[in-house]
Amino acid sequence: MNKILKYSLYDLVRSRWMFFYFGFFLLFTLGLFWLSPDISKVAISMMNIILILVPLIATMFGLMYFYNSREFTELLLAQPIPRQHIFLGQYLGVAGSLSLSFLLGMGVPFLLYGLTASSDIGLFLTLLVSGVLLSFIFSGISFYIALKNDNRIRGFGLAILVWLLLAVAYDGFLLLGLAHFSDYPLEKYALGASLFNPIDLSRILILLKLDIAALMGFTGAVFKKFLGSNLGMIISLIVLLFWVLLPLWSIRRASLRKDF
Amino acid sequence: MIEIEQLYKRFGKNEVLKDLSLAFRQKGTISAILGPNGSGKTTLIKSILGMVLPTRGLIRAFGEDIRGRWAYRDKISYLPQIARFPENLRATELFDMVKDLRRRDARDKALIELFELEEHLQKPLAYLSGGTRQKVNLVLTFMYDNPVYILDEPTAGLDPLSIIRLKQLIRHEKEAGKIVLLTTHIMSLVEDIADEVVFLLDGHIHYRGSIPQLKADYQAPDVEQAIARLLAGEETTEKAFTLNPS
Amino acid sequence: MKTLHIALSALLPLFALFAEANAKTIVVCADCNYCMPGDAIAVAEAGDTILIKPGTYYETNIEVDKALTIIGENFPVIDGQMLDHIITVTADSVSIRGLQVQNVGLSFIEDRAAIRIEKARHFKIIDNKVFNAFFAIYAANSTHGIIKGNEVRGEAVEEMTSGNAIHAWYCTHLDIEDNELYGHRDGIYLEFVHHSRIFGNKSHNNLRYGLHFMFSNDDQYYDNVFRNNGAGVAVMFSKRILMHDNLFINNWGRSSYGLLLKEINDAEIFHNIFDTNTLGIFIEGSNRITYRENDFLRNGWAIKMHGGCTDNHFTHNNFLQNTFDIAAEARGVDNSYDENHWSEYTGYDLDKDGLGDVPFRPVKLFSYLVNQTPESIVLLRSPFVGLLNFSEKASPIFTPTDLMDHTPLMKPFSRDQKIQ
Repeated sequence: MNKILKYSLYDLVRSRWMFFYFGFFLLFTLGLFWLSPDISKVAISMMNIILILVPLIATMFGLMYFYNSREFTELLLAQPIPRQHIFLGQYLGVAGSLSLSFLLGMGVPFLLYGLTASSDIGLFLTLLVSGVLLSFIFSGISFYIALKNDNRIRGFGLAILVWLLLAVAYDGFLLLGLAHFSDYPLEKYALGASLFNPIDLSRILILLKLDIAALMGFTGAVFKKFLGSNLGMIISLIVLLFWVLLPLWSIRRASLRKDF
Repeated sequence: MIEIEQLYKRFGKNEVLKDLSLAFRQKGTISAILGPNGSGKTTLIKSILGMVLPTRGLIRAFGEDIRGRWAYRDKISYLPQIARFPENLRATELFDMVKDLRRRDARDKALIELFELEEHLQKPLAYLSGGTRQKVNLVLTFMYDNPVYILDEPTAGLDPLSIIRLKQLIRHEKEAGKIVLLTTHIMSLVEDIADEVVFLLDGHIHYRGSIPQLKADYQAPDVEQAIARLLAGEETTEKAFTLNPS
Repeated sequence: MKTLHIALSALLPLFALFAEANAKTIVVCADCNYCMPGDAIAVAEAGDTILIKPGTYYETNIEVDKALTIIGENFPVIDGQMLDHIITVTADSVSIRGLQVQNVGLSFIEDRAAIRIEKARHFKIIDNKVFNAFFAIYAANSTHGIIKGNEVRGEAVEEMTSGNAIHAWYCTHLDIEDNELYGHRDGIYLEFVHHSRIFGNKSHNNLRYGLHFMFSNDDQYYDNVFRNNGAGVAVMFSKRILMHDNLFINNWGRSSYGLLLKEINDAEIFHNIFDTNTLGIFIEGSNRITYRENDFLRNGWAIKMHGGCTDNHFTHNNFLQNTFDIAAEARGVDNSYDENHWSEYTGYDLDKDGLGDVPFRPVKLFSYLVNQTPESIVLLRSPFVGLLNFSEKASPIFTPTDLMDHTPLMKPFSRDQKIQ
């Protein structure tokens, strides 16, 4: 697996898509810092990019990589290695290089603007961690979709649907549900529902740094416990890691059963 | 060395292999697996390599059931049909990777020389022509000295000179006592190097025999004609069969 | 009768001079003639000074019933052993300085205090330390006092069983300054206290409020810091309070705020900083109030208005990076929000007069939703909510259409610039 990872990284870090991706984050982040000296404003803009664009790009790139390397995958399948290693290696290569582009693209401006020494370091670390986790989660989901669908159009369609659902529609349904049942105690439901969506979870992770004053304004004991201590951060991180492992496990399972 | 017993493979509703039993035991034999499109050639090869998982049946390689195994693939060299590699890797890196995976002595240097690939080694694979990529593919396949070679359309995209060298290479392996399985659409290649023909039709073996026997059976001057007659005979019987009810 | 009174008043300074001349200093220490502060007070006469040497004196119910100056040397400890009141001042012109008064037990019957001032005038409680007291400094029915430079540290665990650091009841003309107050129920509690000034205090980590006004009029507080209290300052049922140059910071929690205004009329609030509070200012039923030149930074809600509020005027304030700038439940009458700076403002200024050309609506749809269904806060900053806010902005349905800044400032308001 490490060998596959190594060579797919060799391949991917030289890919022009990775350069574009890196360049986009670099210019975007530099642009934000240049336009606004207001750290919180920069953080909010970056948060939107991380919550919307990172999952989308990770999904699309994962599919593209998978479908484009189908023949190469066949070559690898004929080699004396367990087949799940091939896919896990390739997946880690994709997720790793996406994360690398993201980390460098956003991290370099942070360093340039001296944020490592500022009090906002926690917020920016959270942004970076969320971005990396989302890259892993969504490239994993896309790999799984690609493994399950040999038809590219179907694969891309499904992936976009999943992205749309998690990035936008899910919150709409959640809000609808909350508004409709607002006479009932809903805090467990609200928090629980957020756990089932990695994008929501990342958002809450960032909110814990960005808007803690507002989040603390709620009476519910569960909220207070979740948001008021490190518990919220720890649980969010653990569930996000679970979200990373879930596609990984699914990829392994699907790869063992698939015909090529 | 390769034994297949009552192999069935179904993709959805489509039954590709039906009760196929086949063995390749004779060392120093080149078997051409032929058949029309969709007859199950590729599925058969991929089943042997463990890429396609049989619905039913048994495949043994070197005496062992291959289900859930992967180590046996170290003794098989496979030449895939389409030579597409990661775009941003170089040929040397690709060779290094396979060597890294197999960790045995390889004879890639001699093969690179044979196919005159030196000048292309440091270029990203995306910039190589189809023929050159096929040569890279060939080096990848033949760089290990294995008892079994499986070649899927080995001549695709090659220039005549390279084809001649490839044939020499295959004959050389045969003389070294290897089992070579070959699929191709080029009947002259079969005529040239194959010892026997396995003809698949609708997922089972329609014909198996040595080249001289094939020519004799169909009273054909060469393999191409023999196969044509074989197929034509099949068609006429089928037509007759379909015509009957009406 | 009246003339006699005037004559006596005229003679008063003379008496004082006379007393001064005869004033003596009584020393209290373990080996002295007087080994307890109470003994010394018993023999002292008005105008005397009692000097308490370092040591620990276990004594309660010390009544200072004459005009004495009590001075501690290196903070001698007067320990009440959790029993009863420690010092009670019942005479005018008493000054207590440099003592460490500690351990006053809880009582559900009376407001036990470390230092209690009862019906006294011109008292001075200066530079003392009061530790672990139910109530620390308690003034009732007293006027013209100074409570200054004291450090009061309580060990309050819950509101029901704890008292206030500085508590004043029916007092006027108090100066409460430069004290550090923490670990009590309220840092400073004022009930029926008028014409008083509260300034330079640091009130932090108190269970309920940093500073609490009830039914108190014509007071002012300024240059104070209220940090990490249950809520910063609560001003209730009071009139004509001036509030300026205070810092309200990190007051987090459910129904927690930097400043609570409840039934307040005719107040002025200016030059304050509200930083990272759950609610910057919570306004309930308050009228004729001006808010100017304050900074609201990183609060959950900068302003929340509740109940009928009329004539509240916000101008030249800076609203920076608050989760929500303004939430207004009731519509209110004659409130205005013009010429403030809002970091969320995305308009433009083509005529370069420093004022945005399009108005700003500080109330977001999501703020309304959160009000209806508090749990929906988990959707804060969700892209979906962003879409909702955007469409509401384009055509307001749920949010008040008239609540807007018609002329938002393009740049943060700077008081320094104003001076230049």
